[in-house]
Amino acid sequence: MFRRIFATALIAGLLSGFGISVVQEFTTTPIIIHAEKFEGGKVGDPQKQSLPHRGLKLISPALAHGDNSKKTHSDEGAWAPDDGIERTLFTTIANVLTGTGFALIMVACFAIAGSPINGRTGVLWGLAGFGIISLAPALGLPPEVPGAMAAELSGRQTWWFFCVAATAAGLWCMIFRKGVPWALAGIILVALPHLIGAPQPERVGGPVPPEIAAHFVAASLFTAAVFWCLTGWLAGTFWARFAPEE
Amino acid sequence: MTQQNNQTLGTIGVKTQVAAPALLALLLGAFLIIGTGFAHSDAIHSAAHDSRHSFAFPCH
Repeated sequence: MFRRIFATALIAGLLSGFGISVVQEFTTTPIIIHAEKFEGGKVGDPQKQSLPHRGLKLISPALAHGDNSKKTHSDEGAWAPDDGIERTLFTTIANVLTGTGFALIMVACFAIAGSPINGRTGVLWGLAGFGIISLAPALGLPPEVPGAMAAELSGRQTWWFFCVAATAAGLWCMIFRKGVPWALAGIILVALPHLIGAPQPERVGGPVPPEIAAHFVAASLFTAAVFWCLTGWLAGTFWARFAPEE
Repeated sequence: MTQQNNQTLGTIGVKTQVAAPALLALLLGAFLIIGTGFAHSDAIHSAAHDSRHSFAFPCH
């Protein structure tokens, strides 16, 4: 069982991490790079960048907070990958590690659930992952482009984990338990993080045009949907292939 | 009776056999995601920056 779980998750995570890196090159990455040009103050109204104040932060690009090739910011000493192949390489490594992490959790759920899984049912698990990890948190904390305004980071991270845990528990109540009380408990759990509300910035604005920010939300959710379907299908397929022979 | 006990033990054995590696996979998976998506380290943040934004993890 140990070998089956880890072999499935490692292969599925590796392939989905590489696969989604290719998709990102056409969906989210061009928008991130475009947004960083505004964030760096090269395009748009520089007056808008005076908006941040107490309790409000600009979401900035990778450490250099602008063009990595011109390290003029106070973070000059901090390391960041150079634009181009190096940046793509580190993003791909991060995607593979993240993909493997999600695949490990998904395959652990396959093992605990105990029901037969194949590529097709794996996609359903992937869609559940999309709902839990991507869609539900996006209602309170929409995917952010570099340069967007946001509340303090730790508060957002805490709410994100709370939302993911509550949505996962809610879906478990609705899918794996029968009866009206379980369904009601599931609905309450899914709704609870949104009734409490995610931390929001005191003011909105920032240098990135809303059209680009809106496009990024769609691109991020689309990319996440592809990632989760791909991970679910790969994990389900390899889980079935590595089944012990009867 | 003995056969029934053996079956019960067998079922518990299977559950333990699943639970231990599954728990290990859950912990390792969470560790990888927290490391790449949530760690506050500047270097990790810079390396995983575009991945964090694409996956819509809260960033910066």
